Amino acid sequence: MAELVQQIVNGVSNGAIYALIALGYTMVYGILKLINFAHGEVFMVGAFSGLLVQRYMPGNGGALSLAVAIVVAGIVGAITALTIERVAYRPLRGKPRIIVLITAIGVSIFIQNVVALITKASPFFWQPVFVTANETAVYAIEPFLTWADAFVIGGAALMMGLLQFIVYRTRMGKAMRAVSQNMDVAALMGINTSRVIAFTFVLAGFLAGAGAVLVGQKNGAVNYGMGLLPGLKAFVAAVLGGIGSIPGALVGGLILGFAETFVSAYVSSSYRDAIAFSILIVVLLVRPSGIFGKYVPEKV
Amino acid sequence: MSRLHGILALSLVVGASACKPKEGGTPETAPPADAITEIKLGVVGSLTGSNATFGNSTKNGVDLAVKQKNAGAGVLGKKVKAIHLDDQGRPEEAKTATQRLITQDKVHAIIGEVASSNSLAMAPVAQRARVPMITPSSTNPAVTEIGDFIFRMCFIDPFQGYVMAKFTRDNLKLDKVAILRDVRNDYSVGLANVFAEEFKKMGGTIVADESYAQGDTDYKATLTKIRGANPQAIYVPGYYTEVGQIARQARELQIEAPLLGGDGWDSDKLFEGGGKAIENSYFSNHYHVDDPSPSIKAFVEQYRAEYNETPDAIAALAYEAAMVTLAAFETAGGVDGTKVRDVLAATKDFPGVTGKITLNAKRDAVKPAVVIQIRDGKRMFVAQIAPEGGVAPAKTATAAQ
Repeated sequence: MAELVQQIVNGVSNGAIYALIALGYTMVYGILKLINFAHGEVFMVGAFSGLLVQRYMPGNGGALSLAVAIVVAGIVGAITALTIERVAYRPLRGKPRIIVLITAIGVSIFIQNVVALITKASPFFWQPVFVTANETAVYAIEPFLTWADAFVIGGAALMMGLLQFIVYRTRMGKAMRAVSQNMDVAALMGINTSRVIAFTFVLAGFLAGAGAVLVGQKNGAVNYGMGLLPGLKAFVAAVLGGIGSIPGALVGGLILGFAETFVSAYVSSSYRDAIAFSILIVVLLVRPSGIFGKYVPEKV
Repeated sequence: MSRLHGILALSLVVGASACKPKEGGTPETAPPADAITEIKLGVVGSLTGSNATFGNSTKNGVDLAVKQKNAGAGVLGKKVKAIHLDDQGRPEEAKTATQRLITQDKVHAIIGEVASSNSLAMAPVAQRARVPMITPSSTNPAVTEIGDFIFRMCFIDPFQGYVMAKFTRDNLKLDKVAILRDVRNDYSVGLANVFAEEFKKMGGTIVADESYAQGDTDYKATLTKIRGANPQAIYVPGYYTEVGQIARQARELQIEAPLLGGDGWDSDKLFEGGGKAIENSYFSNHYHVDDPSPSIKAFVEQYRAEYNETPDAIAALAYEAAMVTLAAFETAGGVDGTKVRDVLAATKDFPGVTGKITLNAKRDAVKPAVVIQIRDGKRMFVAQIAPEGGVAPAKTATAAQ
């Protein structure tokens, strides 16, 4: 029983991370119909900036430095995403989608290699915050919910709530939704579409950067290639939930997190990815547009 | 390494090698010894990447040997030059580096790699070009099985797995052990298989056999499952970056059982990544710095004087590999690959750092292993296990580092 509860916690906490990154993919796709493959690298850059804050801020890596790290990582993530948009995507606006897609892959490889050069591709390690002096975990609820997991789940939930508020309760959110429905008409209505697109990248970058600090507390290591696999999996989660849909990214992330955890736990850790991704294929065979996605036929 | 980029990089390598002229086939006859100006040793290692300490220790070990030789009479009256190439810890890069060393730099022998997966990628290239390749520290048996130009300066996984199984049974007196292996790593899979087999033979039980993949960061689901099986120890024969994270997450899940591992743990980065979570764990290794044997003492002193740090086993083995190879040039009286190979194959009682080096018929060194415990962030010697079997009595534990 305790094991089952622990596995549920593991699943939620993994899924929450996938969901946070998946939100970035889904928002950008919803507006630009672009799969931003460099999103995983924004996550990685955020992790490095958060790690630097934790290392060099006075206060010996305590809870305060972690809070600052989240904010700084979020801001650095936002700036990175915005820069990528300005430099690599904006000049290609209106060009065939495949060109932008290939650019996105190029940007991803470029950022990875730059960071690999700077860091000599060495791994770096977070100083754990939610531990006793003996470096054992501190529990929020004995014996299955550590503060580190609670922090990940709570942090992710808070950020998603904030996003929901921005998208559905603010003027900018309304503009975002309008642009995602029809960019040309939105422009005719007097919406500055370039600003809305830039804002979307900022929002996505912030979630990825701040999310990276949450993951870091949980998993420990930071390296130049850390964005690739979570990025790929979050993309899968976004597609699973229905790309372009915000609740879809949330549900997709949780499903993927649960699938991975439970395959590892009750089937075999060797087949984790194989089985988790088979689930994706089956879901997409049944619902090609994803769980929350709407199937929109191409208009001729 | 990342899958997607791995595939991309691999296709680039394939593309690049397709353009190169075919090496191998009929080997060029090596020039006579007096026609060459220097003896060239090619070294391939992971100077960057998540196994970077492996490559840098290898480089330091080889450089120290070369420096000492050059300070004396050189080799065959000529200076020795070591050419180091970085493979970032990736097999496809290791292969390309080997090709480059042979075709462009025209090295007379190759030293490398540490990771078995990388050595396995390099060996066929060296074998085809008939250039002797000496791996200082790859323990997977398949490496030297690739051909008669491939040599090894350390023990192999069947022995290392046996050592840890025997230590766990005889010294720690444990019955129930879980295994957590890296499925994408030839070294880890090989060790896990041997350990499981030997441990069962000795009457122990493997209560769980789970896996992860290099580059994973979250091991909690698997560890929770292992916790359910209630093992007395967990055998994790991986590399230090992942092991550190696994240790932390295991302790977070309140798993108190010690972790057990192999020589892939031997890096100071393990302590950085694992922190206090790695305390009281054990791993098998090639040597221990505080071993009172005079050859080890002398080596550790020279190494400290040169680099101002303590040599790990990887550095000691690399130093030995370079020394054995350079001595083979002397004995062969030249750099002809086939002659050097014959001399290397006949290596017997060579005075190395970790003891006398003798190569067996499979071109593998026959050496004892030590078991090291991690205590207070330091490596402590606990036991030495000889190749013939039988655990030596534990010597007084002293602090390494």
